[in-house]
Amino acid sequence: MQMVTKFRDKNTVKSLLSKIQSEARSNRQYRIMEVCGTHTMSISRFGIRSLLPDNIKLISGPGCPVCVTSQGEIDLIFELLQKEDVVLAVYGDLMKVPGSAGENLIELKSSGKDIRVILSPLDVIKIKESVNKPVVFVSIGFETTTPASAGLAHKIVCNDIKDIYFLVFNKTMPEIIKVLLKDKELNIDGFLCPGHVTAITGEKLYLPIVDNKKAASIAGFEPVDILYSILEIINQVNRGKFYIANSYSRVVRAEENKIARSLIEEYFEPADSYWRGIGVIEKSGLKLKKEYEHLDAVKKFNLKPRYVDEIAGCRCGDVLKGKILPNECKMFGGKCKPDNPVGPCMVSGEGACAAYYKYEIFQ
Amino acid sequence: MKFTTMTLGGGGKQTNDFIKEFILKKLGNTYLNQLRDASVLDINSNKLAFTTDSFVVMPEFFPGGDIGKLAVYGTCNDLAVSGAKPLYLSLSFVISEGYGLKNVARIISSIKEASEEVGVSVVCGDTKVIERSENIRIIINTAGIGLLQKDINDYTSIVPGDKVIFTSDIGRHGLAVLSERGEFNLDADIKSDCGNLYEIFRKIGYNGIKFARDATRGGVAAVLNEISEKSGFGFLIEESEIPVEQNVKYLLEFLGLDMFNVANEGVAVIICESEQSDSILKKLKTVKISKNAKIVGEVTEKNKVILRNEYGGLRVVEMPDGNLLPRIC
Repeated sequence: MQMVTKFRDKNTVKSLLSKIQSEARSNRQYRIMEVCGTHTMSISRFGIRSLLPDNIKLISGPGCPVCVTSQGEIDLIFELLQKEDVVLAVYGDLMKVPGSAGENLIELKSSGKDIRVILSPLDVIKIKESVNKPVVFVSIGFETTTPASAGLAHKIVCNDIKDIYFLVFNKTMPEIIKVLLKDKELNIDGFLCPGHVTAITGEKLYLPIVDNKKAASIAGFEPVDILYSILEIINQVNRGKFYIANSYSRVVRAEENKIARSLIEEYFEPADSYWRGIGVIEKSGLKLKKEYEHLDAVKKFNLKPRYVDEIAGCRCGDVLKGKILPNECKMFGGKCKPDNPVGPCMVSGEGACAAYYKYEIFQ
Repeated sequence: MKFTTMTLGGGGKQTNDFIKEFILKKLGNTYLNQLRDASVLDINSNKLAFTTDSFVVMPEFFPGGDIGKLAVYGTCNDLAVSGAKPLYLSLSFVISEGYGLKNVARIISSIKEASEEVGVSVVCGDTKVIERSENIRIIINTAGIGLLQKDINDYTSIVPGDKVIFTSDIGRHGLAVLSERGEFNLDADIKSDCGNLYEIFRKIGYNGIKFARDATRGGVAAVLNEISEKSGFGFLIEESEIPVEQNVKYLLEFLGLDMFNVANEGVAVIICESEQSDSILKKLKTVKISKNAKIVGEVTEKNKVILRNEYGGLRVVEMPDGNLLPRIC
């Protein structure tokens, strides 16, 4: 528990805040993007925005895996459930995400579909042991969660378990970071880099950031972690010297996690991927390798992946790219609310719009 | 929406919307429209409190309690936080065929024990057996009648400056049931807080207490938001003052659940006069079920439930939507 409490310590937080106050130059803005959805949630939950000087702007990035899942991919889940009598295993975050027709998985469950919320992909095997029909796992997430999906594939293959399939919507970080860096409109001074992603990828993921003369600090998820990294970014910006700072060394090492990496590479390979509101980014997602295609639910059930436009007016893409704050979208809080969402950002446990709506509307 | 969903029964916003749109629209009357924990009926100038509740908890036995205890405490607690002394209960079972009679006997023993503890008698009842379906289970409904001692469900009595007390530490019941359910592969040694809230009022009386509500489904977040909506005022809650066991707090966080949204079965939210709050707290601490009571904040003008952390950071505590879903990572 100390691993948490120490990093929430009031005195440490206060001294970091006063250090930030004194280091941040009042004649300029510091625009800092948190890439990871868990950072977004932590920042909102601990009220960090309200504690920082006004000239430090925290901007949410494209790091909520459910939020960047395209409408076409989400609709594929609904197509599968409509066509086939399967058990669907999903992470809790997906339950409230609306399909194009407006319905969500909670509603489908109530209409009799067998949908199970899991904490770990390995739970899928337990589900399979108790049912007599195919089980489909919706594999979603970035580098943090992908190894667990690969772990499931590994168990299935090694133990020759039948009738478990994957809908693979996994995405990867390097390409989207490059997209953000290339975007001329996006004026970011530094990145709060996702700690748990880095634990898998290693620090090299952020080389393009510092090559582009932007600050990078790998951050944990407690208030002390986040503030320490903000301070680090301010210092890098002030000095004009940019490097990858590892401010989460209790978890993250400089090198990649080779075991996780090779597990992923055994079962998955890069594929072009459609990001919600952003479009197709080359090699920014994963698919099952040819020899494991028999585990692919799309092939098994002959599903038809399509590009589906988001509802007109939904500005998920601009939110995900940090171009607008969630509450600057015209639909925010009106047409798009947690109980009637237009996009997944409003209902995912890590969504920027959800974080804003849940924790930050004071008016 | 064409079907009822689990969200509708989650005690959050959808539950409230359902009550407004389906129940009150057709059945509303002066009693029901007040949406109190128990309705107060004036019968020959005796003020009776009347309430009902159904119990569907699965599994029916969990660490710290079972469905039988819940069926007694749940209904009696609704009477207690309305300001009534619980007197009589009805008891109805709906049981699947094939359900073990040994379990039924065990549940009835719990009901006997809990009702003796509260001081209520089961005075009428019913048993129905339904055809076996996928889940063999038992459902209990109880209705309760109590004698009103002091009306502590009057929203108009609340004014800014009043203090807010949580009578015990939060989050235990929800987490105990979740871990017993085994869905999340949790192995947590956490006991439900299910207990008799009438004990509080029996021992400390009502002096200085303006309003009370038990924080069951939807947790303290639902109660605070409901009071905020009905009274037109808001709350400023100090996070550092929230009574919660450390292991409960961090396990819920680990799952991505908010301790404010998780069900309790032995926690009341009490709103009291500011000047009397310290003496009420002192008295609460002498009663077993409220020995962990804390003053957690106060009523404010602004119509929002705001949580202030120990660094001074602010955030909104929203009305929960009725789902407890773990996070992806």
